Amino acid sequence: MRTLTRRSTLLGAVGLSVALAMTGCGKAETGSDSGDSGSDSKALNVVFIPKNLGNPYFDASDKGGKTAVEALGGTFSEVGPQEASPDAQVQYINTAAQQHASAIVISANDPKAVGSALTQAKSGGTKVVTFDSDTEAQYRDLFINQASPEGIAKAQVDGLAEQIGDSGEIAILSAAANATNQNAWIELMKTELKENHPDIKLVDTVYGNDDDQTSFDKTAALLQTHPDLKGIISPTTVGIAAAARYLSTSKSKGKVALTGLGTPNQMRKYVEDGTVTEFYLWNPTDLGTLAAYAAAALANGEITGKEGDQFTAGDLGSYTVGADQTVLLGDPTGFNKDNIDDFDF
Amino acid sequence: MTAVDTRAERTYPAYSRPLWRRLLLSREASVIALLLIVWMYGYSNIPYFGDTLTLTYILVDMTTVLLIALPMTLVIVTGDIDLSVASVVGLSSAVLGLLVQHGVGMPVAALAALAVGVVCGLVNGFLVAHVGLPSLAVTIGTLALYRGIAVGLLGTTAVTDFPTSWTDQTARVIGSTGIPTFMIVFVLLAAGFVALLHFSPFGRGIYDIGLSTEAAEFSGVNVQRTKLILFVLTGTVSALAGIFYTLRFGSARGDNAEGLELQVIAAVLLGGVSIFGGRGKLPGVIAGVLLIGALSSALRLEGVTVNVINIIIGLLLVLSVLSTTLLAWVSDIAARRNRAKRPTQTPASVGSQ
Repeated sequence: MRTLTRRSTLLGAVGLSVALAMTGCGKAETGSDSGDSGSDSKALNVVFIPKNLGNPYFDASDKGGKTAVEALGGTFSEVGPQEASPDAQVQYINTAAQQHASAIVISANDPKAVGSALTQAKSGGTKVVTFDSDTEAQYRDLFINQASPEGIAKAQVDGLAEQIGDSGEIAILSAAANATNQNAWIELMKTELKENHPDIKLVDTVYGNDDDQTSFDKTAALLQTHPDLKGIISPTTVGIAAAARYLSTSKSKGKVALTGLGTPNQMRKYVEDGTVTEFYLWNPTDLGTLAAYAAAALANGEITGKEGDQFTAGDLGSYTVGADQTVLLGDPTGFNKDNIDDFDF
Repeated sequence: MTAVDTRAERTYPAYSRPLWRRLLLSREASVIALLLIVWMYGYSNIPYFGDTLTLTYILVDMTTVLLIALPMTLVIVTGDIDLSVASVVGLSSAVLGLLVQHGVGMPVAALAALAVGVVCGLVNGFLVAHVGLPSLAVTIGTLALYRGIAVGLLGTTAVTDFPTSWTDQTARVIGSTGIPTFMIVFVLLAAGFVALLHFSPFGRGIYDIGLSTEAAEFSGVNVQRTKLILFVLTGTVSALAGIFYTLRFGSARGDNAEGLELQVIAAVLLGGVSIFGGRGKLPGVIAGVLLIGALSSALRLEGVTVNVINIIIGLLLVLSVLSTTLLAWVSDIAARRNRAKRPTQTPASVGSQ
């Protein structure tokens, strides 16, 4: 008897699931019909794909994107992989393409690996905007650039000059000696110093290899070799945090100024204890906001992404598409005692 | 009523089930059934799941896992494991990229990448079969070793200048079916592995080793040779998967496919292969891989977040392993009850005849 009951239960379960699936089938034909109709495809539907989820930097940028998309009356969604790997991002691009999203806003984990998926999405009518990390130019409609090298260099030099009274010895703590972007910034800083700050002397450039301990040790060495040092610029988030950690416990605290590129969460305690007055980075929330407005402008045909196209990005104001289909967010943001608590990334 | 009951009792004793019931209750059948249910549900209830594009995406996404799951099944059936497969994917990808970067033609570079897989497999196989080290320890070591070499070869750079005539192949589909052309390679390989595992003396040897290495040795199975061959197979197929992966993303990186070994092993176990060896079938494994692919595709289309998808697939795995134990437990109790009932029922069944 037990066997019979079990068998009939099993048969019943299989039959029931088949029946459910069949009835579901019928429903879906009508359901998908209405889904395919024009009204759905016209609505603004923007999908943000960060490098990975749970990353405070992208949480901040996606917050900006969400606010912007919702202000425009569209639907915002944020999807993505847990690890910053290109293959996992591809699946989310595919899903967005299948759903005929109006636009994908992506920070690419690899300039090439996501290319064919993005091309397929574009061929289905989805607009592609990259931000933070670009892909090769042919795969996207627009790249939202967080900051220009000139802007980054100028902000740091001007900031330090103000903190040390525009004269004295300074040094640079960089990442690796062959880091392309770091070296480009350093060259621009040298030009800026020569042209606008003749009394400031750059006495040394050291490399911490983006390693916390090495950067820490190099900071200590800098202060010993240059007893008259008035300030340090560290254009790398690892370097500036390590230098701040060293300075905060040394007798040079408050006497040697430190600035550079850092994130508010890393630097908060050093700003609060007076080791650091002001440091710089772009504002990821504004970056997300601009990317979302650009995506919307592309999706509703306001712009096509060619050089010279203009669009407005809410409170951020008006933007013009530059060379290589790139839109520049603007000058970096300075983080100091007054505003640091407004940021969490 | 009583007559029916007794007839059922006599015709289907719990300890000798008829073929159709054994098939229906087998793990393979339940995985295939679950796959069909997910597919039918998705087809009818989830927008865009019914597109042929979905089939393409699922198959292309799962190709590397499908490929590596074939030899991995054989390795796990012998009671061993190969954790280095994803690192072999990365290493073959790095070698392929490096050669192409230095102007070597694609066919030669691809053959070299395959050769790398053979060598990796030989190293694993030699250490396991001939030195006699546990495969878990050996392949944890080579997982780090091969990945280290791969990342060392290319550093943090990626090689992206592959000929489009090759990269385009990975996106090609057969006519309007939505089935990727590369699936032909997979089907041929799968047929080969099914023949090897289920229809050859070599395959019976694999099950024997999984049940008891000593008994297999005594009954004439060449255990060392079998294990060596299996590790060379996983190495080679992982390298093939590495070539596919590289061409599909048009990007050779040392860190390609990191963590893929766990996806493969999870799919193999979901497909009904026992981690202790001796049990499991390839059709179940293939269904297991496709089930994971279809389920995550359906959930993504429904807008479910990646964390929840991982929780659901993780739960499915735990439940699938648990259900095997639970089923064995239930049938054990049933058998014991039947035995207890038998004395009172025997006269009735005799009488009814």
